[in-house]
Amino acid sequence: MAEELLKVDNLSVNYGAIKAVRGVSFSVNSGEIVTLIGANGAGKSTILRTISGLEKVADGIISFEHQILNRMPSERRVRSGIVHVPEGRRVFPGMSVQENLQLGAFTISGKSQNNAAYEAVYEHFPILKDRRNQDAATLSGGEQQMLAIGRALMAKPKIILLDEPSMGLAPLYIQKIFDIIQNIRDTGVTVLVIEQNANQALKIADRGYVIEGGKITATGTGEELLASADVRQAYLGG
Amino acid sequence: MSSIIQQLINGVILGSVYALLALGYTMVYGIIKLINFAHGDVYMLGAYFGYFFIRVMHLNFFIALILSMAICSVLGMLIEFIAYRPLRHSPRIAVLISALGVSFFLQNGMSYLYGSDKRAFPQAIETTQYHFGALQISNIQIIIVTTAVALMILLHLIVKRTKMGRAMRAVSADEEAAILMGINVSRTISFTFAIGSALAAAGGVLIGLYYNNIDPLMGMTPGIKAFVAAVLGGIGIIPGAALGGWLIGILETMAQAVGLSNYKDAIVYAILIIILLLKPTGILGKNKREKV
Ligand SMILES: Nc1ncnc2c1ncn2[C@@H]1O[C@H](COP(=O)(O)OP(=O)(O)OP(=O)(O)O)[C@@H](O)[C@H]1O
Ligand SMILES: [Mg+2]
Repeated sequence: MAEELLKVDNLSVNYGAIKAVRGVSFSVNSGEIVTLIGANGAGKSTILRTISGLEKVADGIISFEHQILNRMPSERRVRSGIVHVPEGRRVFPGMSVQENLQLGAFTISGKSQNNAAYEAVYEHFPILKDRRNQDAATLSGGEQQMLAIGRALMAKPKIILLDEPSMGLAPLYIQKIFDIIQNIRDTGVTVLVIEQNANQALKIADRGYVIEGGKITATGTGEELLASADVRQAYLGG
Repeated sequence: MSSIIQQLINGVILGSVYALLALGYTMVYGIIKLINFAHGDVYMLGAYFGYFFIRVMHLNFFIALILSMAICSVLGMLIEFIAYRPLRHSPRIAVLISALGVSFFLQNGMSYLYGSDKRAFPQAIETTQYHFGALQISNIQIIIVTTAVALMILLHLIVKRTKMGRAMRAVSADEEAAILMGINVSRTISFTFAIGSALAAAGGVLIGLYYNNIDPLMGMTPGIKAFVAAVLGGIGIIPGAALGGWLIGILETMAQAVGLSNYKDAIVYAILIIILLLKPTGILGKNKREKV
């Protein structure tokens, strides 16, 4: 029986008068890959941003390992194991790859621990090792995405929140990112991933949720959603 | 010729103090995009604490310098906490006005408490002049430059090598991404104010020693010039502030050397305008509009 790690219960989030998320409920179990799919503006990023504390909960409850997060400051969420790779990568420009990784480990104390973490990241992404002294801003889009994910892994997450990791990447890189997501899960990290690339996301996901206009309109295992006529129609090009 | 070199030396000395002040402006701007108008007044407070520790407590100059820096770093954090933090998510103009308010409060508060007259800063270190041909330089001048440079090296090490320094750079580069790293932004901002204020205090104590007098309004003009220095070097860019400070110090003394004493400030500002017209992001600024 899988253990429930993250639970979002009847969550609503507003930006001023805009109701971006309206009563969304879902859960992620330990060891799963769960994906949120949906059109632009559906509210997917807002959900992740609220889980990591960047946006305020208007209504509902977010809990992690049975502890309510609603009012917990972001940095404590990171310390408790929730690490968010934001939309658009957001690596730190003007800092080297290594410094970016070092910042990822901001909440972790102890040098020896970090050395092991670097090695683990470099194992996932050998290219980052070659580029470690290079300014992060000069990396290619795909390399920046790898750095953003690597940086998140440095924080030793229990769950990693990925916001459109394949966005803007060439097909070769996209496949690589999806492979890496599976590798990450295999190392024991739970994954909640948003994707425009619904087809590929559902293939690797244990379960998925379809978000429309701030609400969940369908849910099921990856295979079920892939097979569903409605989902195929709306998100998988028929 | 030798008088020009002499003025160059004097410019470097004065510039060292501007540079110390400019660093605080630029760090605070880098992290919260605020022009901290009260920064020059922290420099004034630094000079007064130096005065107090030397004249009243009879402490050694360097101990007085360090104590004054320590106290002002706490005051800097306090100013941020009381006057800026509650306005963090308000329009920027609100914080700017709050900064002006703090500046007036400190200037008038000090005038009220201790009078607005100039007071003599104790000659904590006896002046010795060294002569090199026609050039001369005093031990005080040497102390000013070496202290300023030592503090800048220390700052560089803090910013580049320590965890808090990395947090500062991360928050300056991308606050939201920094939050996602588990960085406490409020604490990082406090730290930035502490460091900037300590450097300002050092500038105040050094200038007290140099000019031998202090008064509650002494922070105004250097404050503006240091701000100009920070903009000149590229606001938000730490080495730019040091460069800008020295440049302005040199320009100012050069203007005096060629007999334009009365216009030295006008010349400084004219040069600022020209440089900014040519390169709006400052000397070390990136031309692309990129968050630094
Ligand atoms: N900072 C903001 N201020 C106001 N409205 C916002 C803000 N951020 C998002 N919104 C609105 O909230 C809604 C949900 O946005 P969100 O970014 O969560 O969508 P998304 O599903 O991630 O879309 P995409 O696939 O394009 O990234 C949209 O209508 C958007 O315009
Ligand atoms: Mg989004």
